[in-house]
Amino acid sequence: MRLTNFLKTAALALIGIGGAATQATAQLRVVATTPDLASVAREIGGDRVNVVALAKPTEDPHFVDAKPSFIVTLNRADALIEGGAELELGWLPPLLENARNGKINAGAPGRIVASEGIRLLEIPTSFDRSKGDIHSLGNPHFMVDPVSAKIVARNIASHLGQIDPKNAATYNSNLARFNARIDSKLAEWQRQLAPYRGAKIVTYHRDFIYLAQRFGFSIVDELEPKPGIAPSPSHLAQVILEMKRDNAKVILVQPFQNRKTAETVARQTAATVLDTPQQPGAVSGATTYFDMVDNIVRQLGNGLGAQK
Amino acid sequence: MYSRQSKTALAHFARAIRNSRIRFCLLVCAASFAAPGIARAQVKPPKSKQDSIARADSIARADSIALVKQLEKELGASGADTSAAASSQGPRATGSYMNIGFVALTDAGWSTAPDIGAIERGDHDPHVNGFTIPNAEISLDGNVDPYFKGFSNIVLKIDSAGDTGIELEEAYGLTTSLPANLQIKFGQFFTEFGRQNPQHPHAWSFLDAPLVLVRMFGPDGLRSQGVRFSYLLPTSFYTEALVTVANATGGTTSSFRSPDSPEIHGGVIDDRRVQHASDLLIAPRINTSFDLTETQTVVLGASAAFGPNNSGPSAKTQIYGADLYWKWKAAAAEAGFPFLSLQSEALWRHYGAAQRVSEANPAVILPSEVLKDDGAYAQVLWGIKPRIVAGLRGEFARGNQSAFLSELRRDQSRWSPNFTWYPTEFSKIRVQYNYDNRKAIGTDHSLWFQLEFLIGAHAAHKF
Repeated sequence: MRLTNFLKTAALALIGIGGAATQATAQLRVVATTPDLASVAREIGGDRVNVVALAKPTEDPHFVDAKPSFIVTLNRADALIEGGAELELGWLPPLLENARNGKINAGAPGRIVASEGIRLLEIPTSFDRSKGDIHSLGNPHFMVDPVSAKIVARNIASHLGQIDPKNAATYNSNLARFNARIDSKLAEWQRQLAPYRGAKIVTYHRDFIYLAQRFGFSIVDELEPKPGIAPSPSHLAQVILEMKRDNAKVILVQPFQNRKTAETVARQTAATVLDTPQQPGAVSGATTYFDMVDNIVRQLGNGLGAQK
Repeated sequence: MYSRQSKTALAHFARAIRNSRIRFCLLVCAASFAAPGIARAQVKPPKSKQDSIARADSIARADSIALVKQLEKELGASGADTSAAASSQGPRATGSYMNIGFVALTDAGWSTAPDIGAIERGDHDPHVNGFTIPNAEISLDGNVDPYFKGFSNIVLKIDSAGDTGIELEEAYGLTTSLPANLQIKFGQFFTEFGRQNPQHPHAWSFLDAPLVLVRMFGPDGLRSQGVRFSYLLPTSFYTEALVTVANATGGTTSSFRSPDSPEIHGGVIDDRRVQHASDLLIAPRINTSFDLTETQTVVLGASAAFGPNNSGPSAKTQIYGADLYWKWKAAAAEAGFPFLSLQSEALWRHYGAAQRVSEANPAVILPSEVLKDDGAYAQVLWGIKPRIVAGLRGEFARGNQSAFLSELRRDQSRWSPNFTWYPTEFSKIRVQYNYDNRKAIGTDHSLWFQLEFLIGAHAAHKF
């Protein structure tokens, strides 16, 4: 009898803990797989949403650990924003399998596929892993193009409006403000990078193709011989020759990529290694999507400007 | 307009149900297979409503959500998930209804042990000097419909005589839309006991199975036909409670009613039919996890397995286990490196052997006794730099004195340093040294190499 009472109390206490967490806020709980998507969600949701990103800004978004705490986060989510181009294929499926949250099941209004409506580049015509880690739906690093961010923002606003119709007008007006800000910032970024149109750049991974397309850079090569394959000396030797031939003077790296490899190549080619993380929060002070692009533009401007 | 008509029709339907016995049946349905049963009842009339959801504007959508909420209330079904219907679009269009993968392991090496099978008892361990193909596995999985996922692993392996064996390692369905944080798995599957038992060999960090797991669960791990219930607790940190109910009979229920059990208890098998619930295998487990810091996570688990054994008509076995996993991964990790992890499991078994006729000599009666075994392993992995991992495992397993001297209960220990290079996440090259020590037999040295390749879909790894 006493034991039953104890169990009852314990059960109530446990439910209480969960309940308290649930009632603490009436905001929509939005989970984004990566911090860039989270930042756009904050712009659109404003104070009506509480946004959490699963991947850390400094870690490789292809290789995030499927930590059990993420299961709890997803279990309580009202919406999930995923890239939608298989960037999270290695870690999101087992989390969703255990999250038991119908609100974020595929096809539900709470499941936001960021890439919907974006014309992805490099969609493979055949699937062959001897070509490296190719994503079957196309290159997933589209967020670094501000125009892609507008499409993502539209997807987020439309879904938030479906889940929370009474605040749909707010989401739409936040979307309009976000779009206006992107338009004015994009003009500014294009002005800043205009002198370097046609500049040759080198990247570590194939993760800046959308940026290159938007701002008119030409990517000479990647330090990785194939996507996801570690740089080999023979490939790096080839990159060095190409850089000298094409007069490429910058190498773009993200925080989780091997900067030492990039520095070695830079020494051989008198190039500069630029720290250009694609996730807000990776550089102190750069907490929003706009800060993140600002930083990349500034880095490129400084790096390419110094070479002039 | 349509939605108003269907609202009225459904209201009648709901009223009819409220006043009849059908309601009771429905509630029972809801308790066992709630989402499919109830959700289908709701979905049927609004099948085209589902289409209209896609088309209608947000006001109409709000309306339909309110309607479903109202029906849930009237039908007495709590939270039978409104989005299950919407999820019928299935996964993203990657061009296939089913993921197909194939993974093959090749072992090669040499051991000083004359009886390698006695120190490498696992079915997926190397068995002979020279080459072994311990595991070639076809994995299939996919969404069945909005309510279930399906999984299957079919394993082919070549034994020490060179003959190919096939086994249906796993074939199970998993619910995807049950309410109240519940989940049910059903079919043939690895029992969720501890950390490593449910893992497939290609996910192991060492080339062979830990001694204690093989002792308690047999060469193939503990798996059987049954059902597993799981509940994700509403706590602020991850806590999952699971219970498996399964058949206790067969070659993969080693400590229970396996045809190989005489190797443990030495007696003639008491063959009886399943008559009571207590003739089934019951395996509860609780699993919890905390993020200690931004870069450190710990997972703690406790498991048990209770069931009959075949040494006598009412003989029982109990197994208890505790497991720990801790991992640190650098905040700016490249391809998941560097990292450091510790995994450990300890198990205790009480095998209640009944008074039994010796299998070797029918004139001998073996006394009633409790066969007590325990053991543990601990393994540290250091992901030094991208795709390179160094590991060290220490382990032991031991058993108490008994009337029948079982080779499977001999005291033994092992140290295994290893080194693995993953050219990509689809291939693996591993070298492992084993220092084995068996009581009254002595020590042995083994050096094994392992190569692995994986083609097709790659199931993501759990933490």
